[in-house]
Amino acid sequence: MSEKNAVSINDVDKIFNETRDDEVTALSNIDLTIKEGEFVSLIGPSGCGKSTLLRLIGDLLEPTQGSVEVFGKSAHQARIDQDYGMVFQHAGLFDWRRVSANIELPLELHGWSKSDRATRSQEMLDLVKLPDFGGYYPRQLSGGMQQRVSIARALSFKPKLLLMDEPFGALDEMTREHMQIELLRIWEETGTTVVFVTHSIPEAAFLSNRVVVLSPRPGQVHSVIDVDLGQRTESTRQDPKFFAAATEIREALRAVEEQE
Amino acid sequence: MKTAKATRVFFTVVFVIIFLVLLWEGYKWMGQQNDDHWPGTNFGLPIATNDTIMPHFVDVVGELTAEIRDGRSSMPMYAFLLKKAWFTFQEAAIGFILGLTIGMGLAVLMSRWKISERGLLPWINVSQTIPLIALAPVVVTWGRNQGLPDLFSISLISTYLTFFPVAVSGLRGLQSPDAAHVELMHSYAASWRTTLFKLRLPAARPYLFPALKLAGSLSIVGAIVGEISIGRKTGLGRAILEYALRYAIFPERLYASVIGAAFLGLMVFGMINLAERFFMRRTREVAS
Repeated sequence: MSEKNAVSINDVDKIFNETRDDEVTALSNIDLTIKEGEFVSLIGPSGCGKSTLLRLIGDLLEPTQGSVEVFGKSAHQARIDQDYGMVFQHAGLFDWRRVSANIELPLELHGWSKSDRATRSQEMLDLVKLPDFGGYYPRQLSGGMQQRVSIARALSFKPKLLLMDEPFGALDEMTREHMQIELLRIWEETGTTVVFVTHSIPEAAFLSNRVVVLSPRPGQVHSVIDVDLGQRTESTRQDPKFFAAATEIREALRAVEEQE
Repeated sequence: MKTAKATRVFFTVVFVIIFLVLLWEGYKWMGQQNDDHWPGTNFGLPIATNDTIMPHFVDVVGELTAEIRDGRSSMPMYAFLLKKAWFTFQEAAIGFILGLTIGMGLAVLMSRWKISERGLLPWINVSQTIPLIALAPVVVTWGRNQGLPDLFSISLISTYLTFFPVAVSGLRGLQSPDAAHVELMHSYAASWRTTLFKLRLPAARPYLFPALKLAGSLSIVGAIVGEISIGRKTGLGRAILEYALRYAIFPERLYASVIGAAFLGLMVFGMINLAERFFMRRTREVAS
């Protein structure tokens, strides 16, 4: 982990439908810095603006006030420069493209040659452990496999930052735990910075270096919890340190609820 | 697998035709037995069953092979109808292509700017409330003033019918991608044009092809109605009009020409089905 900032959010407010009757303050006074190589989770009750915050980092939304910097430049410039890849809750693959063509989509848009694209998509398929599935169509794959493809697509152009919006939210518990291990392996292999939105306490505890707990209406940073579980394996889930971290997150979320 | 399906379709079609012929002949037989009344009642049948109103099916089919005069030459009825259908097909094809272009253009425009959707969509809907029969002479008069051939005026009438389903379904299709798909393209900093070609147009295909099948049939209807209201000397519409006038003498010929029109409609439908198979072959593979 380097000391350089991957993401720095300075005093950001986000207000939807400003000056209208249905005006909503989604985020207020957000200050958050994420170091390069870090794995940071955003957690909080629904309506706390965690997805909104992720979209501000990705420049899919613009802050009403304050600034968002990604790798020392504006979020907008970072998006233009393709510094991040994005994974959504639903894999969001294009049904009419084969798995390999889905992974190659961003490369195609960046004007890569056909042979370079094919080489890279195979590398990515190997990375997400689906080496033989390039010729399949998304609908022929299970939910977990589709999400792997989605991760492969997000990483295909080797962005330094991965933004994930509840990527395992639609998966069953066992698949979800396998995917967490896979994601950690990929994170270590690629050295990518990850910002991970979730509403699952064990997931946040298991994956993260830091967990940012948000409180709703308006969304604010309630607390930031450091987690250090070292090298994680399936047995980490029975580790007292894992339980301690989960308990700390749970208590913070309870405090958030009582605040309301 | 594929041949089994084709065989099934073939037998279904044959079965339906046999069923319809039996229904036609059965109704006719029943009417003739009971002097055009429902058996055992005083209620008259809605359609008389004499040979003028309802000729025998075999006579209609027989008429297709009968020699008829076309100007100075003479040829079998089916060849005559094919010749006429070819003219109608050309008019309909031009109308269809124009309708497809205009319809898709409008759909893209409306999907690009919300304000153009709000401004255009009501007018597109209103356009279809004008009766075709009223519109046709206006188009022809305008076309002749501009020195356009009648063929083109008829095509325009056809266009008028075809652009509508294309525009409406095209818009739905272009708007069909999930918010996540659009966000994804946005995250790639993809331009509007790139998003259109890589996401929106491919996603619109399942919406578009049913509309194109409808538009295909409508393009034939438009061409035939156009021919009838213009009084063009060629085309199926003209043949139908002439045989309608001489219905009392040759009822079989009118039915034969209607069968010709239906056949042309089926041909166009089949062509669009083939196009669909080609353009959607990838998604079909998954379905099967």
